[in-house]
Amino acid sequence: MATTLTAAATGTRPGVRRPTPGRNYARRYWAFAAPGAAVVLAVIVFPWLFTIVMSLHEWQPGAGTSWVGAANYLQLFSDADFGWAILRTLYFTVLAVAAPVVLGIAAAVCFHKRFPLRGLARTIFILPMMATPVAIALVWMMMFHPQFGVLNYILTSLGLPPSEWTYSAATVIPTLVMVETWQWTPLVMLIVLGGLASLPIDPYEAAKIDGASGWQTFRHISLPLLWPFIVVAMVIRTIDALKSFDVIYVITQGGPGTASTTMNIFLYQQAFSYYHLGYASAVVVVFFAVILAISLVLLGLRQRAKWQ
Amino acid sequence: MIRRRDVLKVSAGLLAAPAIITRANAQSAFDWQQFKGQHIEVSLTKNPRSDVFQRKQKEFEALTGITVGSEQIPEQQQRPKAALEMASGHPSFDVLMVSLHVSKRLFGRAKWLEDLRPYLENPKLTAPDYDFADMGAGAVKTATQPDGRMDSLPLNPDLWIVYYNKALFKERGLAFPDSMDALYTAATQLTDKGKSTYGFVGRGLKNANVPVWTSWLLGQDQYTVTPDGKTLLTDTAQAVWAGELYQKLMRDCAPPGSIGFNWNECQTSFSQGKIGMWLDGVGFSAPLLDPKASKVVDSVGFAVTPKGPKAQHSASFVDAMGIPAASRNKGAAYLYCQWATSKAMMAEILSTGSGTPARISVYTDPAVVKANKFGKEWLDTVMESQKISAPGLPEIVPVTEFRDTIGIALTNMIAGGDPASELKKATAAFQPALDKSNA
Repeated sequence: MATTLTAAATGTRPGVRRPTPGRNYARRYWAFAAPGAAVVLAVIVFPWLFTIVMSLHEWQPGAGTSWVGAANYLQLFSDADFGWAILRTLYFTVLAVAAPVVLGIAAAVCFHKRFPLRGLARTIFILPMMATPVAIALVWMMMFHPQFGVLNYILTSLGLPPSEWTYSAATVIPTLVMVETWQWTPLVMLIVLGGLASLPIDPYEAAKIDGASGWQTFRHISLPLLWPFIVVAMVIRTIDALKSFDVIYVITQGGPGTASTTMNIFLYQQAFSYYHLGYASAVVVVFFAVILAISLVLLGLRQRAKWQ
Repeated sequence: MIRRRDVLKVSAGLLAAPAIITRANAQSAFDWQQFKGQHIEVSLTKNPRSDVFQRKQKEFEALTGITVGSEQIPEQQQRPKAALEMASGHPSFDVLMVSLHVSKRLFGRAKWLEDLRPYLENPKLTAPDYDFADMGAGAVKTATQPDGRMDSLPLNPDLWIVYYNKALFKERGLAFPDSMDALYTAATQLTDKGKSTYGFVGRGLKNANVPVWTSWLLGQDQYTVTPDGKTLLTDTAQAVWAGELYQKLMRDCAPPGSIGFNWNECQTSFSQGKIGMWLDGVGFSAPLLDPKASKVVDSVGFAVTPKGPKAQHSASFVDAMGIPAASRNKGAAYLYCQWATSKAMMAEILSTGSGTPARISVYTDPAVVKANKFGKEWLDTVMESQKISAPGLPEIVPVTEFRDTIGIALTNMIAGGDPASELKKATAAFQPALDKSNA
């Protein structure tokens, strides 16, 4: 006697054809992915490939192009200005990551506690993140004026000596980091605050029962549990700091002298001041490799920091 | 006997005479409406002259029937934008305000701008009262390429002068110095760091600071490159002397932080009444006479750059108006350039203190002199500086790279570096770039 299988037994609904095993149905859906793929090709892949091609040429507007192979890269690696630009970029990045991360964590812990007008305080705290970088830079530039800026007025009013801020090679990078910290600490705060809100309360109750102090609770419970979120904030801040251009360009243009000429400023000068487009393209390729390498290290760190 | 037919003939002739005369006059007058209905785009650098052009734009449109779209972009951003658009062969503008002191040779080598000599010689395109001969010889020379092409019409030679605080000079019983060495002496006498008063302020920011040094170098009657543009003269004894003067003034007599000052920080410092002298472009005069922003409205003085050991020159930097060779509206664009550099517009520029036009006649026009709000001393200083003007930057292709390289050396001098070593190092660093550009 033939057995009739029910729809439930076969796992299909009545009237619906089962997929034929071994047949590739993905081809049907390429039409839906094609527009997005075309955009990615046009605005990401093509410019990237064209930049690599440009980096292998000598290219100056008005003077034509000529193939030079790896000459731009060889020149780059023997260019002392480029080497110094990398070092300044790393110096700037380390400070511009450490300061907002530390302050952002502290701010997150404060804003995690309940107090009157907490919502208003949080809103005010994140306002710097909303402003445009160029506008911020112009305002800070006025504040930094050695004779007529408000910052030196405050310092002298408090009996402290005035500072040269961005007008001295020794203080320019820390001063620029101050601007970055002011703007991006709220971002770190938001990320860590989100992490704090997601933490379980059981460990805290246990710690309270065991008589742990506030610092011990933070050091042995909050910090380890927050570590994955902190690493995310560090990755984002590192990439942003490495790419930082607008604030530095508007305030110092890489000066005094070359004291704040980071890789981005160096790249801009080569491309748009000196019109060495081929050489600048080689800088872009190397810069991309540097950012990629640092990002992979940080992402590896994040992977290890994941909760088990 | 007078017949009725004869009377009718004479009457008809008398009635038609005015129309015939008018038509004859129209045929001999310049036709500003010959490109009526066309539209042009104008790219201007941000400065007071551009404000005048935009304010008067409707007059041009009414005169010519050409519609105009114009934009002002800060100079440092406009230069690469213009260069890259013209390199693409499809610039978005038909008229370009050109900073000749930076872009002349780059644009000339690439022949990106139209040669305007045929336009000037064509009576159908150039109005009979345009009077190109009225343009200053120095400005015309600057607008002319080494191969003889004139690819822009000179507009505004910005002349470097010394602004000085008459009140501070009077307080110390000093007269304005008549030489560069005396200028340093006066600056040290005016400096009182305890009272935050300084005898001098000048640009220290790299690139921007080079014209300060070249102003001193012109006092040695020397330029920065040889006339053929192939060999640098930036480490000669005269160049080192200019570097030493720059270093002394900036270290001994300038306010703290001037190592990073551009013209705007210098202007702010000077306008607050605590600076004795400021060497910079005459185009920055207007805010100093604004009572809302300046404390030196009644005490600011204007003086010609003092003479050096061998010569007296005023460094000059020329703006001009050009037409991209790729423009599809060259005729209409030329009418705009002609209008912008006409006597009427240059008189407007001078009388409103918006610049120092390239035409000579406007400086002695009684109406302009009367309308000028900056006073006789300013006008006399400008006219005197015009007579002794000399290019403040070399006419080479990689001017920006030159300014950055020498500018870093100058900044290092402010920080204490030895002028001779710094200039020697900078010269060795830049000469290969100059050689490559001349290849």
